[in-house]
Amino acid sequence: MFSALNQISAITLANLRTLPSRIGTSLVIVVGLAGVVAVLTSLMAMSNGLAATLSTTGKQDRVIMLRASSETELNSVLGRQDMDVAKQAPGIAKDASGTPIASAELIVITELLPIGQTKGGVNVTLRGVEQMAFTLRPEVRIVEGERFKPGLREAIVGRAAQSQFSGVNLGSTVRFRGADWKIVGTFESGDAHESELWVDLETAQTSFGRPNFYSALVAQLESAARFDAMNTALMADPRMKIELTRERAYYSAQSEQSTLGIRILTTVILIIMGFGATFSALNTMYSAVSTRTKEIATLRAIGFGGLPVMVSVLAESMLLALVGGILGALIAYVMFNGYSLNTLGAGFTQVAFSFQVSPQLVATGLILSLVIGFFGGLLPAFGATRMSIPTALRAG
Amino acid sequence: MKLFGLVWANLFRKKTRTVLTLLSLVSAFLLFGLLQAVSNAFSAGADFVGASRLVTQARVSFTQSLPMRQLRQIESVPGVEAVSYQQWFGGIYQDPKNFFAQFAVDPDRFFTVFPEWVLTEAEKERFRTIKASAIVGSQTAAKFGWKVGDQVPLESTIWPTQDGNKSWIFEVAGIFRGKDSEWDARANQMFINFGYFDEERQFGRGAAGIFTSKLKDASQAPTVAATIDSMFENSPDETKTQSEKDFILGFAKQLGNIGLLVNYVLFAVFFTILLVVGNTMAQSVRERIPELAVLKTLGFTDFTVLFMVLAEALLVCVLGALIGMVLAVLLLAFASGQFGIALDSGNATLWIQAICVAITLSFAVGVLPAWRARSLKIVDALAGR
Repeated sequence: MFSALNQISAITLANLRTLPSRIGTSLVIVVGLAGVVAVLTSLMAMSNGLAATLSTTGKQDRVIMLRASSETELNSVLGRQDMDVAKQAPGIAKDASGTPIASAELIVITELLPIGQTKGGVNVTLRGVEQMAFTLRPEVRIVEGERFKPGLREAIVGRAAQSQFSGVNLGSTVRFRGADWKIVGTFESGDAHESELWVDLETAQTSFGRPNFYSALVAQLESAARFDAMNTALMADPRMKIELTRERAYYSAQSEQSTLGIRILTTVILIIMGFGATFSALNTMYSAVSTRTKEIATLRAIGFGGLPVMVSVLAESMLLALVGGILGALIAYVMFNGYSLNTLGAGFTQVAFSFQVSPQLVATGLILSLVIGFFGGLLPAFGATRMSIPTALRAG
Repeated sequence: MKLFGLVWANLFRKKTRTVLTLLSLVSAFLLFGLLQAVSNAFSAGADFVGASRLVTQARVSFTQSLPMRQLRQIESVPGVEAVSYQQWFGGIYQDPKNFFAQFAVDPDRFFTVFPEWVLTEAEKERFRTIKASAIVGSQTAAKFGWKVGDQVPLESTIWPTQDGNKSWIFEVAGIFRGKDSEWDARANQMFINFGYFDEERQFGRGAAGIFTSKLKDASQAPTVAATIDSMFENSPDETKTQSEKDFILGFAKQLGNIGLLVNYVLFAVFFTILLVVGNTMAQSVRERIPELAVLKTLGFTDFTVLFMVLAEALLVCVLGALIGMVLAVLLLAFASGQFGIALDSGNATLWIQAICVAITLSFAVGVLPAWRARSLKIVDALAGR
């Protein structure tokens, strides 16, 4: 056993020392896997970034009330009476003055131009909120300027929206339905709301011709556990056509839906590129073995076993693959980590997000490259042990 | 042509190597075919609509409705032949996964403005006269097994009826097809009778989502669009009018820059392939130096030897490209059926792109080894120097 280990390390080291002379062929494995890992890591960094933005939106102890079977805030339409009932639902937390910590909101989709484009706007959420929205969502912080004033056509804009769309910087005005809205503040929230414009609810209702209409009520629960009780109470109320969802669950479901396309694309690309890379690794290792035919035969002739030869070939291919994997992860990190982009979210409006190249992703990429390196080396390694020593020695 | 046999034989000199190289190429072109089809679907996917229609939406966004009084005003604009209006219904059939688009339309205006959808006169008449009726695209009808006369229940995500619930039932008045295969592949919507829909909905009555105008002369499109928008300027219902093609492309744009993403991936793939195949070619020439020297001794010219090596590279690349593309086309046909999206696999552009890539690739990988083969000195080569 000890001698086998000795043999393995002796051949493997000798093997690796000759690598520089085979640099051209060896590079094929390195570059091949760098490509696979870079593409895979970037695509996954994109879908993880989008998923993270959506699924960190909302809290477990806050609820969204929509009209039943509306799926999204955009589709939901609630009247004044529905809203009055909704606000009185048992289990909504109250502030010191006894007012429910809840914000009736109206969603209007507006079009803005992405930065650098002159034609063809994209959908951006304009959210009419009550002042209570700021108490309700402490994660929304004004970082520049001030809050909009009730009754005025003023808006605050998320930091992410400002970085993606033109014409919404502090102090500028945007025109909707023949009226100008002044941007008076910038806010940060670190979630999907940062891609939105926020305005005063009643001003939005009158300006967009929807007096007494609402999209949703977002409310703070007394405690996360009150959800079931509230749901039961709402279901029992014959006046109600309201569907209750935890805010966190609402946005997590959106994240599932929005990343589905990227996940399908990533899987297809991964499978095909993975096969391609395995074939090229096989090709490289076969030729590596064939250029070393004489050397291997000599080793076998002087008493080295088949296993050490096999292990040395596998080690070479896996090492090259690992180098490729590291290179690929590095490329993905340098090119894309923190790169921000916007895409269509489930509410049919833009969600801005950043690519996240996480340590887990890098690890996944490296494991993948080791697996491909292993399979790429396996058959050639096996072949190396099976060659007929006399024939090989006479060859070339 | 005599040389072909020699090139072919050389190709399979080392079977394992050639097969593996081919498989790498097949993977690359399979990916190329799939991704390029997706990218084409997003960028050039709206070529099928002519330039003879304009879409007028609210300037705020197309989700904001427009008042019906604008219909007459748009109709009176010189150059407009007919106007159709439609409202997004947002219905779910049994499960949200069964997604297909539904719009409420006025039957006669719809038939006039969209002659690309083909129905029998009897079907048209039923759609006009049966109040709670709808016409369904042949793709969707086939998917759910609907026949004319069936009652289809839909749960609208947006529109409650008078009694406050969101359940609607429509009778299938007809099943429409497209005027050609391209339109046929897109016959996956449902159009419901607007009159009934407007009467029954609880709110939003007397408004439509968008107006589609058919023009007398497509070349007038920019003028007509500008005239329509200027009529409603500074009113609460400002409009944005664009060609139907731009309107459709707008949806794809919302998803983000698909083309760029695809290009990044393909760049990575082909860079790798260039290296793999280039390396294989170089090695194959290196091993064959004595043979090539013999060929030259027999009287093959330098040029012929260069040509043979290049031809070998071209053969491998084109063979790999063909197999890869055929696989891609098969997969695309499967995916189109599975996800209900029109991925055009028979597209000539796609094949031309693939062939161009294959030829460029073969030159890129073949040129150095070919040059080396050409400049071999017989004496040195035979002496193994």
